[in-house]
Amino acid sequence: MKTKQKRIFKYVFLIIFTLLMLYPVFWLFLGSVKANHEIFAPGKILPSQWMWSNYSKGWNALPGYSFGNFFINSFKISFLIVIGSVFSTSLAAYAFARLEFPLKNFLFTVLMATLMLPQQVLLVLRYVLYSKLGWVNSYKALTVPAFAAQFSGAFFIYLLVQFIRGIPRELDEAAVVDGCSQFRIFWNIIMPNCKPAIFSVALFAFMWSWDDFLNQLLYINDVGKYTISLGLRLFLDNAAAVSWGSLFAMSILSLIPIVTIFFLAQRFFVEGIATTGVKG
Amino acid sequence: MKAITNKRGSLFNNQKKHLTAYLFLAPWLIGIFVFTLWPFITSFIMSLQETNLFSTKFVGLDNYRALLSDRRFIKSLKVTIKFVAISVPLKLSFALFIAMLLKDKIKGVNFFRSALYLPSLIGTSVAVAAMWTQLFGPRGLINDFLAIFGIQGKSWIANPKTALYVLVVLVVWQFGSSMVIFLSGLKNIPVSLYEAAEIDGANKIQSFLYVTLPMLSPIILFNLILQTIGSFQTFTQAYIITKGGPINETLFMVLYIYNKAFTASEMGYASALSWVLLFVILIVTGLIYWTSRYWVYYES
Repeated sequence: MKTKQKRIFKYVFLIIFTLLMLYPVFWLFLGSVKANHEIFAPGKILPSQWMWSNYSKGWNALPGYSFGNFFINSFKISFLIVIGSVFSTSLAAYAFARLEFPLKNFLFTVLMATLMLPQQVLLVLRYVLYSKLGWVNSYKALTVPAFAAQFSGAFFIYLLVQFIRGIPRELDEAAVVDGCSQFRIFWNIIMPNCKPAIFSVALFAFMWSWDDFLNQLLYINDVGKYTISLGLRLFLDNAAAVSWGSLFAMSILSLIPIVTIFFLAQRFFVEGIATTGVKG
Repeated sequence: MKAITNKRGSLFNNQKKHLTAYLFLAPWLIGIFVFTLWPFITSFIMSLQETNLFSTKFVGLDNYRALLSDRRFIKSLKVTIKFVAISVPLKLSFALFIAMLLKDKIKGVNFFRSALYLPSLIGTSVAVAAMWTQLFGPRGLINDFLAIFGIQGKSWIANPKTALYVLVVLVVWQFGSSMVIFLSGLKNIPVSLYEAAEIDGANKIQSFLYVTLPMLSPIILFNLILQTIGSFQTFTQAYIITKGGPINETLFMVLYIYNKAFTASEMGYASALSWVLLFVILIVTGLIYWTSRYWVYYES
């Protein structure tokens, strides 16, 4: 009897706690359909009138550019970063997990060191480098490093190495006997068996590039090239004069892609984090 | 004769194998050299220079010396360390506490896990930062809630005493990712250990202290180090919510580096700051690692 009571108590606590943790997000959503004066009216949880027009107003709130532009720009950048990361990190991970080569241990140590290296330390000089290359105010500074495994690359490589090590070696040995080249083994055997891990890499690359702010702030100047993060920031700077409801509406829209993807593919996130035990 | 050709053949084969391996590594290797090692080395060189928009000159350790008398830097270092020291342990305790509640097979564990992971997913976005400015604003949700108890709150963000804690709460709110790691660690603790403890007459608290904590300690260490490194690099939230203020109470190191490099164009000084940040992170994580031999238990 006593254990049952305890269990009910635990449930009630967890439910209340979870609702409390998610309440800010509900509040943001409800705010997005409220009139300005209602958002900050104490004790009013639900809007007296559902102002869906906040969404269309917010969409076109900034003169000359709609949030549609920002969404397309963000998708472009995230898409390139996902492609680049999967390409470069899967190749490197295969080499570390399966091939023998000189300096292997040393290079693996370098990989682990960069996993721990605080990226912000490189902030200033990366900027200097990219401006010398003429990459400032283009998407190159954001996307090209991903093709060289430098967008959280160490983490992705580590995740993939761990996964590839779990694939039975007999599979590739059989292929060697059949005279397959290393590239064919990589492409025909390892890659298909690695799908869940590749998928985790793609998901993380998407989320982190979508959420990124600092790099976009540094490397993109033209409003026409703005991403959703930069668009929101610009909106926020003018929001007091415009409308909080519309700002909240655009905030909700900006979260929809990542939240949707997360709930569709949560298994891969949780497994991705659990196999490596890193960040998130 | 045959032996020699064989040897040659294998030598050639080996070289070919190594070449193939390096081809696979090529994108990463190029990336490491160009986008990581190069900025890393040049940032040290630049930290020994005085730079502005028009000129560059070598000044030795002057930038580092100037740091010692830079009040804003001292303040920045202090608030950053304070922020890390408060937010990381709080976040991890939360994560462990909730993970303990979720570890036994209870119904809906997947729902709770996903729902509680959500804040980690969106927590660093501009959207959430914008939301936070309003939650803790003078007429935001927090003050609404306090009003029920008749407490009249002011703006938590404009108050120098509370601004830092607004950001701490935001970080702690994102405990979900650490929770997921703890959960997978808790699952790996053999049930037999708990059974043995029970037979020895241990109660819940004792089995937590003498079974769970030691068995989980390597994962706690891992989480602690990663969260510490991450927390030292906080930028977006401080940039948007508090803008480093009020009176520099949330002027985190990265924000100060950003201001120096990209607002004041003092690239040399900003590079020196970056190196100090790196050293502070190294010292703190090194200290954590050093203490770990007293509290981390490794099965041998």
